[in-house]
Amino acid sequence: MKAKITITPKKAVLDPQGKAVQNALEHMGYDGVTEVHVGRYLEIEIDGEREAVEKQIDEACHKLLSNPVIEEYRFELE
Amino acid sequence: MPMKVAVIQFPGSNSDQDAVNGVRVIGHEANLLWHKEESVGDADAVIVPGGFSYGDYLRCGAIAQFSPVMQAVKKFAADGGVILGICNGFQVLCEAGLLPGALVRNRSLQFRSEQVFLKTVARDTPFTGGVEEGRLLRVPIAHGEGCYFADEDTLASIKSNNQILWQYVSAEGELTDDANPNGSLDNIAGICNQERNVAGLMPHPERACQELIGSADGRAILESMAAWLERRDAAAA
Repeated sequence: MKAKITITPKKAVLDPQGKAVQNALEHMGYDGVTEVHVGRYLEIEIDGEREAVEKQIDEACHKLLSNPVIEEYRFELE
Repeated sequence: MPMKVAVIQFPGSNSDQDAVNGVRVIGHEANLLWHKEESVGDADAVIVPGGFSYGDYLRCGAIAQFSPVMQAVKKFAADGGVILGICNGFQVLCEAGLLPGALVRNRSLQFRSEQVFLKTVARDTPFTGGVEEGRLLRVPIAHGEGCYFADEDTLASIKSNNQILWQYVSAEGELTDDANPNGSLDNIAGICNQERNVAGLMPHPERACQELIGSADGRAILESMAAWLERRDAAAA
């Protein structure tokens, strides 16, 4: 099974990387860009029952893969 | 009695030797403690030094928190041990949950390597007790991700418990945006935990222990730790 995990900075946290990318996009002429957030994407290959895997990935996201103080995560299994 | 300091060494630590040197030049003992060790031994204090532990992969300090030695450091903290995290060490202590908040990328996106001035805010801790009232400390910084962040509730509790130990200020001692090198909330350079035995800061006091290399102001922090430990041991004797 594959877990696809997306981690993004929380809205309240300054995201200067997102801001820099947004500025670059504007300079390139992409007028409609209103917000950019830079995060991380992970793919994890993992064996097991779907329910158990979901629990494990959720726990791993909370403990290691994201920092709940500054980041949010979401994932899907396929 | 000289204090015995264990300086943690992770793969990727680069300020470990500076920390050992800083402790030794003020006349105390320091030894390196490899990340696979499971005990801090007979150390009186622990320094978690700067660098790029485990390559700073995933997030700064994220992987280091699960190393064997950090489990020993957590136990040392719970038992009231004195622990100072410097730069990457501050990030590690936040990731490990020993200090509140987190360090994120500098607002400027620049890696900043320069001298800063620190105002000591709370002086009732092992790390700040020896810093004279009103004295500014001139110490270097060298980091790309040192912008201190905590959510509103956490920041309010840090303030009401007087957990802010150091703030970035101008040479005149003013809290200004220009003096803030990384965008930290409230110019926060360093904090302690509620119990006041664990502290972290982004600047490098251990790199400011000899006039020869630009400043000896960092001694005040290490000397505070030694003096505090001596008082504690005298009270216990």
